[in-house]
Amino acid sequence: MSRKLVIDPVTRIEGHGKVTIQLDDDNQVTDAKLHVVEFRGFEKLVQGHPYWEAPMLLQRICGICFVSHHLCGAKALDDMIGVGLGQHIRLLPGPEKIRRLGHYAQQLQSHVTAYFYLVVPEMLFGMDAPPEQRNVLGLVEQDPALVKRVVALRKWGQELIKTVLGKRMHGISSVPGGVSKNISIEERDRFLQGEEGLLSIDEVIEYAQEGLELFYQFHEQHREQVDQFAVVPALDMCLVNDEGNVDYYHGRIRIIDEHKHIVQEFDYHDYLQHFSEATEAWSYMKFPYLKALGREKGSVRVGPLARLNVTKTLSTPLAEAALKKFHAYTNGRSNNMTLHTNWARAIEIIHSAELIKALLNDTDLQNTELLMIPADTAWTGEGIGVVEAPRGTLLHHYRAAKTGDITFANLIVSTTQNNQVINRTVQSVAQDYISGKAEITEGMLNAIEVGIRAYDPCLSCATHALGQMPLKISVFDARGNIIDELCR
Amino acid sequence: MTNSHKKTLFSHDLPATPMDPALQASRDQKIKVAMIGLCGCWGCTLSLLDMDEALIGLLDKVTILRSSLTDIKRIRQRCAIGFIEGGVANEENIETLKEYREHCDILISVGACAIWGGVPAMRNEVELSSCLEEAYVDSITAVANAIPTIPYHEDIPRITTKVYPCHEVVKMDYFIPGCPPDGGTILKVLDDLVNGREFDLPTTMNRYD
Ligand code: SF4
Repeated sequence: MSRKLVIDPVTRIEGHGKVTIQLDDDNQVTDAKLHVVEFRGFEKLVQGHPYWEAPMLLQRICGICFVSHHLCGAKALDDMIGVGLGQHIRLLPGPEKIRRLGHYAQQLQSHVTAYFYLVVPEMLFGMDAPPEQRNVLGLVEQDPALVKRVVALRKWGQELIKTVLGKRMHGISSVPGGVSKNISIEERDRFLQGEEGLLSIDEVIEYAQEGLELFYQFHEQHREQVDQFAVVPALDMCLVNDEGNVDYYHGRIRIIDEHKHIVQEFDYHDYLQHFSEATEAWSYMKFPYLKALGREKGSVRVGPLARLNVTKTLSTPLAEAALKKFHAYTNGRSNNMTLHTNWARAIEIIHSAELIKALLNDTDLQNTELLMIPADTAWTGEGIGVVEAPRGTLLHHYRAAKTGDITFANLIVSTTQNNQVINRTVQSVAQDYISGKAEITEGMLNAIEVGIRAYDPCLSCATHALGQMPLKISVFDARGNIIDELCR
Repeated sequence: MTNSHKKTLFSHDLPATPMDPALQASRDQKIKVAMIGLCGCWGCTLSLLDMDEALIGLLDKVTILRSSLTDIKRIRQRCAIGFIEGGVANEENIETLKEYREHCDILISVGACAIWGGVPAMRNEVELSSCLEEAYVDSITAVANAIPTIPYHEDIPRITTKVYPCHEVVKMDYFIPGCPPDGGTILKVLDDLVNGREFDLPTTMNRYD
């Protein structure tokens, strides 16, 4: 009998997703999909609010990469008031570096959370380990010393975010044209030298290297499985600087193919010329793609794997050494092995830590000139911001009326960029692990989730758009009274 | 709609590798906690991790059942405490919230979204039809000349027109305000409850941003 397999909800990811797999009478997989099952509506609900609220409101899209949303929004507002990159005006050095510091701290914190809390359990226990075990509880039981180090690492990232942005989550420091506060010597020294209950930067770098070691060990033991799991060819996209290397805060958008040839490169302010977003009935998440290539060929991959495929070098020594090894593994071609995303993520943890160290030693952080205040005539009323969020290229685009009220907002978030490629991954794993098997186990379905988790998708982020209310639904309150009832 | 006649198998009902009995026994002795995100941003869930090293200490006494951090997809045992992040924005949120209410002795709304709908509830001001058009018909990146598709499928839940606070759908026992509340605040609540003390959150620990 034909059957449908369902994973509901997909766990150990941020946000809400569901997987369905269709099997025919011979147990062959005929279809497999990731459905994003939530939406929220930020693009619409921000309209009518004063423009300066956008970075505060829109970071509520995501509790793990809020700094990226906050900064992306702030960059768009820089453009809007006429001191931004849309006008080729860079911020003062102090504020730009302070924003970068917050951004790198978040990349560290976000990657550490994703890698250790969500992905490492599979590396240690295996994909078909007991579902109760392959998680952070299992880690604590098996290796409490490791978990202690992970907790310390994450805490350090969060504390640095708090110092730069004012709060551990949903910060308040970036304002149009700059930042509202600098970093004092005392604040800086806490992170350089550490204190009771807080690591020093050198310990952070040391712990970060252990994360990469963990991947190497895992790879060594399971080379075939890791290398053959969901090999999904795709274009890779990220922001690059003038040298063609990844820049997490600002740059041009570069897209490369499997041979690392540049397929397209453009100023992100021109994104509308290049991107369309398709919609499918079965998911609230859209499918962006490059217009020139069409949806099949023009869907891109973003995030750690894409960035390390695109970049030629990394600007810090330990990360650069690790990158050389990463590049050598595929002989100069793009790496399409989905599970190597975790390798790339571990390298980026080290890179973020090293970038932070360099910045902490930069005295521009103590600058007191923090804001550019443009003349009223500089107001453009429109702004676009793009950053490399932990999960990939993130875009915010706003327009505001002269009075300052937002009239339009469009967002393309990293996980949405990955939608097509994640779905290809789900199909690939379903074919390899499920198709034609007589008995289906929970572990085989977890393999699909492993493929999804490699992208560290943030489905909370991906559901900013408003959808519709199909058919009729009644909502009852605690006493059983109908409080909402609607028809399509 | 075409697949409704098919036999549906959920991953959490399929045969799984069993837990080591000794490990399971040690967990069985612990106080069971569950936590889940409904319509939120995952920030409140991560605030639980912001308990930092105190979390490791607590795990001597506490174990976690259904949550987005474990692969336990349904609550099958009685739970002492359930933490809820996010408000109610679709029918799946309603089902999940009811499952938690049914299985948890104490249910706690964590954060602005769970308590009053939070930022997502700002959509309550907007007419649904205009939301639809904004997202899928008039979107600036919509595919040119394509017939607009509006998501509508048996495998995605239907959306409520308004976003609701959890306590409008089921009874909630306690509330921890903030966007998000600090890890220390959640720790105080959990530590009190686990040690048999009353819920007692001083207003000085509440956050209202
Ligand atoms: S209350 Fe704030 S932090 Fe918590 S889920 Fe809602 S938006 Fe996120």
